[in-house]
Amino acid sequence: MNDKPEKLIDKKGLRLDGRKADELRPVKLEVGVIPNADGSAYIEHGKNKILAAVYGPREVHPKHLALQDRTVMRCRYHMAPFSVQERKSPAPSRREIEVSKVIRESLEPAVFMEYYPRTMVNVFVEVLQADGGTRCASITAAALALADSGIPMKDLVVACAAGKVEDTVVLDLMDTEDKLGAADVPVALMPNLNAVTLLQMDGTLTHEEFEKAVNMAIEGCKQIYVMQKEALKKKYMNVSEGIKEEAEE
Amino acid sequence: MASIVTRVKKKQISELMDKKKRMDDRDLTDYREMKIEQGIIERAEGSARVLLGKTEVVVGIKIEMGEPFPDTPNDGVLTVNAELTPIASPKFEAGPPDEMSIELARIVDRGIRESKTINTEKLVIEPGKKVFVVFVDIYVLNHDGNLIDAAAFAAMSALLNTKMANYEIKDGEVQIKPGYEQLPIRKHPITITIAKIGDKLVVDPSLEEEEVMDARISMAIDDDENICAIQKGGSGYFEPDEIFEAAKIVKAKAKEIRKKMNW
Repeated sequence: MNDKPEKLIDKKGLRLDGRKADELRPVKLEVGVIPNADGSAYIEHGKNKILAAVYGPREVHPKHLALQDRTVMRCRYHMAPFSVQERKSPAPSRREIEVSKVIRESLEPAVFMEYYPRTMVNVFVEVLQADGGTRCASITAAALALADSGIPMKDLVVACAAGKVEDTVVLDLMDTEDKLGAADVPVALMPNLNAVTLLQMDGTLTHEEFEKAVNMAIEGCKQIYVMQKEALKKKYMNVSEGIKEEAEE
Repeated sequence: MASIVTRVKKKQISELMDKKKRMDDRDLTDYREMKIEQGIIERAEGSARVLLGKTEVVVGIKIEMGEPFPDTPNDGVLTVNAELTPIASPKFEAGPPDEMSIELARIVDRGIRESKTINTEKLVIEPGKKVFVVFVDIYVLNHDGNLIDAAAFAAMSALLNTKMANYEIKDGEVQIKPGYEQLPIRKHPITITIAKIGDKLVVDPSLEEEEVMDARISMAIDDDENICAIQKGGSGYFEPDEIFEAAKIVKAKAKEIRKKMNW
């Protein structure tokens, strides 16, 4: 498993999995997958398999966290012990605590927080299988789960990374590219508002490469955004057809 | 209600910014006065204190022997930790690190790690078995805003001031010899934080600016003017052009500070 490939990009400019530099991995989205949750969604992004569920707005616990003028959003990003090659301890790591924070901060700008004072909205993300870019896929799924819960939103949030592999700026790094590549730039976007709500980077990029990577990631986000809207519509088309059938009976 | 006070303050700060002014008379791209002292803790292998306005951060470096990570047998280990001591602010509580201190430590860590500041190959005693572990402990002593930059400057200053024990291997045992060697440093990343308040970008936000800001962005710039780490924080957003504008400001600012520091 730890064999390092010699080249991450071949002579034709194709990547390890045959993708072009600006090509996304296959993305599959489904809304309303956890019956108990107020809203939920499932994403497969490459080999990433991630579930997101939203509970709330509901009573604040512990109470002292309550805010008088808006809801409190809490987010827990968690990786299953079997989601990676070497078993991961189920206790939350420092990385998971940081990722939880940046996911929350990427979702908050999209929600009309002030509509639900003295309440709490919980966003839970469980990574069942990880393949690089889990924070981005988590945001894409969590935003769908929020929309599914019915909480008023300004826009969906959609996320995708770009980065640098060998000397090329590429879209949507998978695990091997993330580990062996030169840089990774995850970006979350509210496409209708042209608002970037998550931006991180590690690695080394010139300013020109950085601009190119951000713009490429934004283009990737816009492609996934189309799929996100489709996934939402699909669930509620089914619901509305169900109601029609019942009425006809 | 705290939020009304915050809103009044935000209006006041924003109106000043429209006139390109700030509450403490700085320009939008000015840093507060920064003082750096190195070698303030004799027991530590390296140390530094940074005063950024009224923000005060101490970093101590300890070096111990330990095992390398299995996937990097030929590299020493870097560990960064941050303590928001209850001394530093009425809002800080004693206890296990919260997300704010974990994020702070990880931003400083990424700046140092991704720029390859420490030549970790030179910290190997026995490949795969024994290496030096560099512990960077960030201690916040007074919080008046922009802990990220203060901690990053303190960490870098402390690393530059760090001495390692000399050693030799006798019969497979590591023995410490008298004398010291400098920790092998090859880069000097500079981390700069910009806050977005309304539609304005300001460098080095003070605490009252942080309390009303929409979002912040921190970028680490290495000796070759490359970007080596970025973190957006806060519950607001940046438009793409604002990000590129921030990157430009950071680049210019890093150049200016690098010259002053002689890094």
